[in-house]
Amino acid sequence: MSSQAEPTDDFEGIAARAPNRHAAFQPHRKGAMGRAHDLLHATPALVPMIVLIAAVAVFGLVLGAKFFSPFALTLILQQVQIVGVLAAAQSLIVLTAGIDLSVGATAVFCSVIMGKLVFEVGLPAPLAVLAGLIAGTAIGGLNGWLVSRVRLPPFIVTLGMWQIVLAATYLYSGNETIRAQDIEATAPFLQFLRGKLQLGGATLTFGVILMLLLVLVLAYALRSTAWGRHVYAVGDDPEAAALAGVNVHRTLMSVYLLVGLICALAGWVMIGRFGSVSPSATTGVIGNIQSITAVVIGGISLFGGRGSILGAFFGALIVGVFELGLRMAGANPQWTFLLIGALIIGAVAVDQWIRKVSA
Amino acid sequence: MTDPVLSARGLVKRYGRVTALDRCDFDLMPGEILAVIGDNGAGKSTLIKAISGAVIPDAGEIRLEGRPVRFASPIEARQAGIETVYQTLAMSPALSIADNIFMGRELRCPGIMGSLFRRLDRRAMEAFAREKLNDLGLMTIQNITQPVETLSGGQRQGVAVARAAAFGSRLIILDEPTAALGVKESRRVLDLILDVRARGLPIILISHNMPHVFEVADRIHIHRLGRRLCTIRPADHSMSDAVAFMTGARTPPDVMEAA
Repeated sequence: MSSQAEPTDDFEGIAARAPNRHAAFQPHRKGAMGRAHDLLHATPALVPMIVLIAAVAVFGLVLGAKFFSPFALTLILQQVQIVGVLAAAQSLIVLTAGIDLSVGATAVFCSVIMGKLVFEVGLPAPLAVLAGLIAGTAIGGLNGWLVSRVRLPPFIVTLGMWQIVLAATYLYSGNETIRAQDIEATAPFLQFLRGKLQLGGATLTFGVILMLLLVLVLAYALRSTAWGRHVYAVGDDPEAAALAGVNVHRTLMSVYLLVGLICALAGWVMIGRFGSVSPSATTGVIGNIQSITAVVIGGISLFGGRGSILGAFFGALIVGVFELGLRMAGANPQWTFLLIGALIIGAVAVDQWIRKVSA
Repeated sequence: MTDPVLSARGLVKRYGRVTALDRCDFDLMPGEILAVIGDNGAGKSTLIKAISGAVIPDAGEIRLEGRPVRFASPIEARQAGIETVYQTLAMSPALSIADNIFMGRELRCPGIMGSLFRRLDRRAMEAFAREKLNDLGLMTIQNITQPVETLSGGQRQGVAVARAAAFGSRLIILDEPTAALGVKESRRVLDLILDVRARGLPIILISHNMPHVFEVADRIHIHRLGRRLCTIRPADHSMSDAVAFMTGARTPPDVMEAA
């Protein structure tokens, strides 16, 4: 073995005579496929963007002006605003290699808190909204603490939290809906995100604008701040991130707290969208799956550390385009689910291919 | 005699019933490459982790340039100027070379963009990263924004060493830097290590590779059963001596204590 006194054999000398290219970065010639792969590797939001544009183009061609109008296209934005906001939250968790099953339930719970505090406690509406946002942040913080400190798997923590929050919603509200007319009469601020901007035929509700701003701000933060780089590093390899000097606990806590806050915002968006506060809103039950669908179609890797929040936003829009387009075309709504299912599997297949370093 | 840059006295670390460090001593002199060798399970890793802040010793004292220090985390050790290149390299494969070099100590843009919007100064970070890779003759890596996962093993090691050399002000710890590398890549990394020493930084090198250890080390710390067995100079002993001491096949002449 290595116990001889001197390396008698000059094995390194031999190696030195070989062409000295071992550490060179070689942009070896790649075909169109290889270049496409490189591009997707660098910009993962490209796939959902292309699918989105293609879907809009196809429905636009088939359905004509009925679909391809400012009214219909902004209607899609209104229809996806809740899922869009939840998908932004879900993206953050998935980037840290986690998953959050409690996003939808948290949103409903927070909307109920906002409503109840006005109608039962008599708080002014802005304070009630603030309390709802704080409650959401607290739920997120509890999730984060259980994941980061107690080291439970995010799936388990949020599976439990989903049930807990959903049950708490029913217990707290007695499953009573607060009607839209009542809210309009006593606390219009709760419905603030209902307000709209009319630009020609396009209708942008404040809820839609909030969603767009949220996505843009998060995209900036993830891309151009140290915090964003840390989120990616923690999702990629938490141990490596910790050794490189990232405070993994603080990063995870910041993500979960922020996600709780965003879910609470989604609750406020729900009041704007529906007008009423309903503890039995479907978002509580399927909001998590809807947001995960958007995130997966958007090309964010469930293994963490890869993907962009813009992709998740495009993913939410793709679902919205399919839903509205197929309904306008008079198709059985089951076709929507069938196509979305195919898209999910296709998206993950593309993700696996992109994750390979060399095509 | 000059004072050691880093010294440890009586370090103890127990994991349950296992004593990984048993009143261990350690000394690193200015400007030297000190190799640490020892059998598997001898406690080398625990010793290195205690120095780099990844493990908090149960007892004992570590002094950095004469001042007692207690690191609660690798971040604190780093702030004291101790950089470690881990065997796993501690890099995020999906992030760029520049992102990885600055992980945990990012530069922000000057002015309001940095203070209020917390915008990273990408240009400055990339220029700095390029300069540091250049310093160590690694600029065959051309694109500083390419993800680390597109680099070869030797290139990754090079980037990790460059990161340590760029920020380490007191000393650098290299854990098995050539373990996963081929002959030529090992050579590049050994040259890199000598380069770093030439710039005056002392280095702790943990390795199982006797030829590499004997080639670059100024002194060799032989670790056995949780403590320093002896320190030898490569010129005075053969590789078989070192292996014999390390495995307990022979007792070392106890002359070179604390040298």
